[in-house]
Amino acid sequence: MEKFTVHTGVVCPMDRANVDTDAIIPKQFLKSIKRTGFGPNLFDAWRYLDVGEPDKENAGRPLNRDFVLNQPRYKGASILIARKNFGCGSSREHAPWALADYGFRAVIAPSFGDIFFTNSFKTGFLPIVLSDLQLDHIFHACAAFPGYRLTIDLPQQTVNLPDGKAFNFEIDPFRKYCMVNGLDDIGLTLRHAEKITAFEIKRKLEQPWLFGNHAS
Amino acid sequence: MLMQTTLYDKLWDSHAVHSEEDGTTLLYIDRHLVHEVTSPQAFDGLKLAGRKVWRINANLAVADHNVPTTDRSQGIEDPVSRLQVDTLDKNCAEHGINEFKMNDPRQGIVHVIGPEQGATLPGMTLVCGDSHTSTHGALACLAFGIGTSEVEHVLATQTLIARKARNMLVNIEGPLPRGVSSKDLSLAFIGQIGTAGGTGYAIEYAGSTVRALSMEARMTLCNMSIEAGARAGMIAADDTTINYVRGRPFAPQGPMWDHAVNYWRTLKSDPGSKFDRVVEIDARTVKPQVTWGTSPEMVVAVDGRVPDPEKEKDASRREGMERALKYMGLEPNAPIQNIRVDKVFIGSCTNSRIEDLRAAAAYVQGKRIASNIRLALVVPGSGLVKREAEREGLDRIFRDAGFEWREPGCSMCLGMNDDKLAAGERSASTSNRNFEGRQGAGSRTHLVSPAMAAAAAIAGHFVDVRTWR
Ligand code: SF4
Repeated sequence: MEKFTVHTGVVCPMDRANVDTDAIIPKQFLKSIKRTGFGPNLFDAWRYLDVGEPDKENAGRPLNRDFVLNQPRYKGASILIARKNFGCGSSREHAPWALADYGFRAVIAPSFGDIFFTNSFKTGFLPIVLSDLQLDHIFHACAAFPGYRLTIDLPQQTVNLPDGKAFNFEIDPFRKYCMVNGLDDIGLTLRHAEKITAFEIKRKLEQPWLFGNHAS
Repeated sequence: MLMQTTLYDKLWDSHAVHSEEDGTTLLYIDRHLVHEVTSPQAFDGLKLAGRKVWRINANLAVADHNVPTTDRSQGIEDPVSRLQVDTLDKNCAEHGINEFKMNDPRQGIVHVIGPEQGATLPGMTLVCGDSHTSTHGALACLAFGIGTSEVEHVLATQTLIARKARNMLVNIEGPLPRGVSSKDLSLAFIGQIGTAGGTGYAIEYAGSTVRALSMEARMTLCNMSIEAGARAGMIAADDTTINYVRGRPFAPQGPMWDHAVNYWRTLKSDPGSKFDRVVEIDARTVKPQVTWGTSPEMVVAVDGRVPDPEKEKDASRREGMERALKYMGLEPNAPIQNIRVDKVFIGSCTNSRIEDLRAAAAYVQGKRIASNIRLALVVPGSGLVKREAEREGLDRIFRDAGFEWREPGCSMCLGMNDDKLAAGERSASTSNRNFEGRQGAGSRTHLVSPAMAAAAAIAGHFVDVRTWR
């Protein structure tokens, strides 16, 4: 997993609530058996005027010029800002994969779909919760200043604005530790392998029906 | 100090292997269900790291999202879908994981076959790389959806790194009016608290209404918890639960059965347990529901009208409503019953069980679908549901009315196979998501109960099943 420490980047505003994972990466692209290559189809239905397919060449497809990602001023953006309940819906990890593959490193919103939120950390893509008021401030500034950039400082847990303001955000210490160090959590969990085995043995004694040689 | 504990707390505490100071917990997982869409990258990761599956018989796999619902003897035509299903077969064979293959009569939607097989049992932790895993909580277990990295984590360690959610009680009291189902309860509940209302919570559904619901109706209720923002929904174990589980292929038998039942009887919240949030619903006031927008919270009763954004004071909500109405091709203030539909879909992990099919068939018997209906589909949730429906003659009722009777799978719920809506087409659907493009690019979905979908197919537009005949 890619480490996340301090990141500065151009901000792209997505002024919508309830952006669901079907919108982030439509189902036809979930047929892929890989983790990469989803970036060109990020927000496919909003971004292009035709219907995308997994085997279709994306270069040359007609673009929806009104969609934020297609506006020149947000070219190369790496920080997304959005409204409440971002990433609601399906559990597809393809959503944070697509956002990361496109080049986004973080998304800031007032609330997130739970599964999307958890999935993001596993991808090295940072979801940050700020209040509605704080986001209003950033949305306004972003509209006012072309090329608007933010700095996200994960060790300090701050979002730093160019006007000198800094907004603090919360993150679980364990998640922060994994992200800052780019750690794979399966490796970390397997340090507890003996504890898992002991738990399993006890469970097998107490609830043997969970371990039976069941129907096949 | 003696504490009254909730069902969720009991399930959580009995599976905690290890806890960090910040509350991060290593949670033991009893059952892992696997399907073709969210698992290939997990198996790949396992292989790359040279890891093995921790406990093979904790896993059960099935292909459901991509499979065709028409004749399967020719295999899957779409090469991309085929590769994904073949990859699941290959991964399961390689690791020795039990899989119901596409032509197995037990094949079906992962959330239908788990309970049906007794692979879902009370007191378990159960996960699957699919958000509607909340369905299984109807059997008094802790069940929730996970992402692909977590699928790999469960395969490799039989645990998950998790943080405890807050407790929400949804207390539903009173008898359900005729023509109103647990799907309507669920939509009304989501309309009330919003799609982010349950974020960060585990929901327990309780009250006299829930006690009186069948197991299948309870599954519908728990299924939609994720649409309320909650990862898990659950219901305490009672006679209904135990009678449902008895005799299923994966369920315990003989002396082990009695032992298990004794334990299962403890799976309920202690009287006087404290919840972080309580929502009260009076079932007597709930009417059949129809969604009008592009989020499940955009819902009204069937005797209502499409809402008017001009009456909405909050600017961002108003914009959201305007966008949704434009996408849905609807006029503000139009009566819901004037909305004509093009296609009808009866299926999905929300409403494809035998009781759902019976409820729908009751409105179809002896009638014909309206001339404006281009396609009316019934897709049973599993091969066994399909067989039972055929034994009861439900397939004839549907076919005689002009419905198509299909093979089990996710089908038009998300349109990963050939079953989809064309751009601009409008459906009455018993599934769970009305997001933009969910049932096909440009698709317009109205979520309803099986009875409401069936009646809409016959009438050609939405009707109030409480009075329609
Ligand atoms: S039926 Fe629909 S919601 Fe259920 S698992 Fe399949 S795709 Fe997901």
